[in-house]
Amino acid sequence: MKREEDGQSSLAWFGKGMRGIFSLPAFILMLSFVGFCSLTAQAGIPVEQAVFMVGMVWALPAKVILVSSMMSGAGLATAFLAVSLSSVRLMPMVAALIPELRGPRTPTWLLLFLSHFVAITAWVFAMEKVPQVPRERRVAFFAGFGITLVAANMLLVAVVYHFVADFPPIVAGCLFFLTPVYFLASIWHSARHPVVYIALLFGLVGGPLFYWLLPEFDILLAGLVGGTLAWFVERLWRRRKEVGA
Amino acid sequence: MTWHDGWWAYAFIAIAGWLATDVWRWLGVIAGNKLRDDSEALNWVRAVATALVAAVIAKLILYPTGVLEQSPLWLRAGAVALGAAAFFLFGRKPAVGIASAIAALALGLWWLGF
Repeated sequence: MKREEDGQSSLAWFGKGMRGIFSLPAFILMLSFVGFCSLTAQAGIPVEQAVFMVGMVWALPAKVILVSSMMSGAGLATAFLAVSLSSVRLMPMVAALIPELRGPRTPTWLLLFLSHFVAITAWVFAMEKVPQVPRERRVAFFAGFGITLVAANMLLVAVVYHFVADFPPIVAGCLFFLTPVYFLASIWHSARHPVVYIALLFGLVGGPLFYWLLPEFDILLAGLVGGTLAWFVERLWRRRKEVGA
Repeated sequence: MTWHDGWWAYAFIAIAGWLATDVWRWLGVIAGNKLRDDSEALNWVRAVATALVAAVIAKLILYPTGVLEQSPLWLRAGAVALGAAAFFLFGRKPAVGIASAIAALALGLWWLGF
């Protein structure tokens, strides 16, 4: 059984990745993009530019900041800075994913290209699914999922933009809430390293704490301080266990 | 020239949107390429990335936008707590946790007259 799966071609794994579009995380993300349609429509951004934005920027929080910069008439440098600040978090996310994703002969240019498809949803999905894929097929699997997810959402924005309608309040509220609840359950469920549990808890506390202390840099600081602290605590525990054993 | 003038809008999106996000992804690839699979450095990067995503999650729950902006914090926090309880009590299945949290939220919103 195992050997049979290993024998499948990269194309077959690309296809398996594509099928990830029919998953709960992809569904939740598409609902968020319905919200993005109404945001851009209300901001007066033409549909072609909204679709271009989905393909080029991809990360939803970065797009929301870009749209609000455009609306407020901010200059290019200001908008660049604001979007950069919200996107620094992509760096450790990609850095943590790459060692899981790359095979022994994966060229760097391919990883640079595929990194474009990393945003929170694809990251959570990949961190959960990729370990079950044979190592030399992981890049194909992720490419299938990532590229399909971006293409599907570009198509969705191109179509739904013209039919922006508001959901009833309870439905809209529940749809919004699906995103954080799904991320929480998925990260906890798929964690294969003890440090992930601790980092998740420290990040949950650190987010609001740093929002209160230094709202400009809240996510970054929560990640750096909370993550480093979590790493330190887990290392201490590991050491103590090793000494005790 | 303002941002909605034709090509300038696309240039604006490409520079302030695409470049400002992809630069960080590329730096992530370069950094991640140097990390060994079983190294302590990767463990640290993994912790920082997870804490970052967790901070985003916490902000979505505590400071939501849209309809939930008007909902009380106790309802949102309570729904998450209930979902977590169901998740841990019934075999740690994500679907159970997600469904319980959303059901609790929906019930609460309905009861509050949303």
